[in-house]
Amino acid sequence: MIRTIKVVVFMVCLVPLGLLAWRFFGAHPTDMTNWGVGLGANPVEALEHGTGDWTLRFLLITLAITPLRKLLRLPSLIKFRRMLGLFAFFYGCLHFTTYLWVDKFFNVHEILADIVKRKYITVGFTAFVLLVPLAVTSTAGWIRRLGGKRWQALHRLIYVSAIAGVIHYLWLVKADIHKPLEYGAILAALLAYRVVMWQRQSSAARSAAVPTLPRKIALQ
Amino acid sequence: MLIKSSHSDDARSSEITARDMYLNRRKFLAGVGLSAVAATGLGAKELLSPSNMAHAADQIAGLQKSPLSTTENITPMNDVTHYNNYYEFSTEKEEPAKLAKNFKTRPWTVAIDGAVPKKLKWDIDTLLKFAPPEERIYRHRCVEGWSIVVPWIGFSLSEVIKRAQPLGKAKFVEFTSIHDPGQMPGQRQQILDWPYTEGLRMDEAMHPLTLLCFGMYGGSLANQDGAPLRLIVPWKYGFKSAKAIVKISFTDKQPNTTWNEANPHDFGFYSNVNPNVDRYHSQAHEHRLGEFRPRPTLMFNGYDQVAGLYSGMDLAKNY
Repeated sequence: MIRTIKVVVFMVCLVPLGLLAWRFFGAHPTDMTNWGVGLGANPVEALEHGTGDWTLRFLLITLAITPLRKLLRLPSLIKFRRMLGLFAFFYGCLHFTTYLWVDKFFNVHEILADIVKRKYITVGFTAFVLLVPLAVTSTAGWIRRLGGKRWQALHRLIYVSAIAGVIHYLWLVKADIHKPLEYGAILAALLAYRVVMWQRQSSAARSAAVPTLPRKIALQ
Repeated sequence: MLIKSSHSDDARSSEITARDMYLNRRKFLAGVGLSAVAATGLGAKELLSPSNMAHAADQIAGLQKSPLSTTENITPMNDVTHYNNYYEFSTEKEEPAKLAKNFKTRPWTVAIDGAVPKKLKWDIDTLLKFAPPEERIYRHRCVEGWSIVVPWIGFSLSEVIKRAQPLGKAKFVEFTSIHDPGQMPGQRQQILDWPYTEGLRMDEAMHPLTLLCFGMYGGSLANQDGAPLRLIVPWKYGFKSAKAIVKISFTDKQPNTTWNEANPHDFGFYSNVNPNVDRYHSQAHEHRLGEFRPRPTLMFNGYDQVAGLYSGMDLAKNY
């Protein structure tokens, strides 16, 4: 059952990419002269924004798993968290590749100058780089090798990455900050949930001196 | 009245061509759509000046060609009318084409005030007759890093300034765009400090390249592109070219400009296209709409004739 649902979720996660590709290649994918037409007047911008939006969305969806498990009383949601997190990384890779290739055409000088000088690119690059160790250590083998506690501490980097991702969006818009603020509000709610739970946990621990480790693991 | 409207129900060949251009726009750029265009029965003359083909339903009569025009490939009209930074309507670039559909461009008056002997109010249709309309095919570079080539129609802003007879103390010109939240949904939010204002130094405003624009692609200016009257300053980033202008003021002090007030670090008063100054982000390259590879951005957007306006100025400081 879970296996079947996993396949379905996997396919659904590919839909945004499919739609972007569909718009990019159009009805006649072999006709190169028409590539990009379906993405509007500026396909470069459409690809960059499309992949960036979905990176942030998958980060938020991944971070929503823990609260939803509690609130909906669906502990088995945990089984989808790794896949969703890896999809965030996947769309992040597409976003970064679009920037390197389609936008900058691998102009190393300009890219390095961007990363150093443009604070919105510095913070966006940081958000992406922080996801790399999380993707690498997402396997059961790495959880075993690192040990649950250390693994969990490492994977708290997703909080930093998501915050950096929202700041990246906030700093890159010229004047209209509505959309980055929407992402920011959702992220703030997801992080606030954790803060509240940690506080409850530590006060419960102080009064009862109950070992808190199992709950902590479930919390992330 | 310069602008003639076509009331015929029959589609003219030019309209069919405009649609053909729209459907085949990138093929046309790639040079493989020529046969399709030829099939509509157009002669070599039209093929050599595509700006005459992809025009709106109405046409401006007596257009003069300009030696200031570039011979570069013209961006398809559909891109120029469906990819607009026009925050008075929306911050989404596809939205102004829809939201500006019913924008009223008549009646329209342009107020002249500040350092002038007499405050004036010109009706737009009077103002448009100050000089013969010229087609000026200009490169247009956005600070966001994309560019287009557009056959604008208008005449040099100097024609209007001469008639306003500014006083000797007038050193700057300020342009104010319309403030009408009822018609412009973007103005119902304080994303920018409305109304939109822009400014030029007097010598910049008097430069022959500086165009007072009221048409494009052989016809009238699309509402979403700044109808009925806008500025085109082709060596500066696009936001300097104010749209839907209702007031021109002459001042002795450098006027406040909307984007400079919103973000003084990124957007300066001058905002000349400059590949070496990257306040907002790297400006060394640009994406010409319809092209895959980025191309190098040229100093003053390739309009070297304006360099003299800034001799002795540090353009990294006066960005």
